[in-house]
Amino acid sequence: MTRRSTPSSEMVANRTTPPLEPSLSIARERAGTGETQMTVHNLYIFDRNGNCLYYNEWNRKKQAGISKDEEYKLMYGMLFSIRSFVSKMSPLDMKEGFLSFQTSRYRLHYYETPSGLKFVMNTDLSVSNARETLQHIYSNLYVELIVKNPVCSSAPSLDSEVFSSRLDAFIRALPYYSPRAA
Amino acid sequence: MNKQSNSELFTLTYGALVTQLCKDYENDEEVNKQLDKMGYNIGVRLIEDFLARSSIGRCQDFRETADVIAKVAFKMYLGITPSVTNWSPAGDEFSLILESNPLVDFVELPDNHSTLIYSNLLCGVLRGALEMVQMAVDVKFVQDTLRGDNVTEIRMKFIKRIEENVPAGDE
Repeated sequence: MTRRSTPSSEMVANRTTPPLEPSLSIARERAGTGETQMTVHNLYIFDRNGNCLYYNEWNRKKQAGISKDEEYKLMYGMLFSIRSFVSKMSPLDMKEGFLSFQTSRYRLHYYETPSGLKFVMNTDLSVSNARETLQHIYSNLYVELIVKNPVCSSAPSLDSEVFSSRLDAFIRALPYYSPRAA
Repeated sequence: MNKQSNSELFTLTYGALVTQLCKDYENDEEVNKQLDKMGYNIGVRLIEDFLARSSIGRCQDFRETADVIAKVAFKMYLGITPSVTNWSPAGDEFSLILESNPLVDFVELPDNHSTLIYSNLLCGVLRGALEMVQMAVDVKFVQDTLRGDNVTEIRMKFIKRIEENVPAGDE
């Protein structure tokens, strides 16, 4: 995990592909010292039109202070802007584009499929790369349980109990998940 | 053994579907439209399964798209690899030549259905799938072994790139 000195802004956009997810031993060490516990805070799934298909939180200590609809719009709008910014201002040819940003307390991870489906997950700082996690959620949960279910439509939002419960179980089983964040 | 019986069931199911549509609509043009529509609905979902299983990222251009369709998608779903040929000079149109077509095994078109595009579902599937990855295309059969041609040829034309929806601003 790199440390950059960013005196003025809290936000650092990480563009290049960071290393793999931390091992279990780091997790235990962190948990033992009482430092920031590894955890997943929340997850958003947006469709190609900007509709929030799914949202859930596991460990969110502070709310945004606006309605959920406003929050989804804000999140989607921000992602749209940052992707456009990253692409425009990139000093090199774009590959994956925007991947994540971090603050001093959390990291936001972003994964977008070529079909425009957008996965956004906020974790603590010890999770440097959640791309594989988000890809798993797409391939093994979303595609299997939502796309392949003819009765399940994704508009206006995902209405599938099995999807919710499997996703919840998956998140809780992640090596970097712990129910209580410091 | 299992793959073969799956493919036979698939062919028979498709045949039953087309036969029923012919009975319901009594008009080849209408059946063609219905097949295209059903194909489209399949395509918009199938693309997600394709992206999940093939882990293929965005294609850089239409040529790459053509290759992915022929070598990965057709192989994955129909077990065949059509060849990509007859590129237009502008690079916006190409043909897929199918030596064989699992949908039409054992099928013969009766004389009273000469305008039926039996495999039109495929056109809808391709159109729907590509639309979900921002490409508007026109897809049609230009040759069909069921109608006496030597090969089955699907022509695909790039119409335009579908731009992403810009989220509405409040301020």
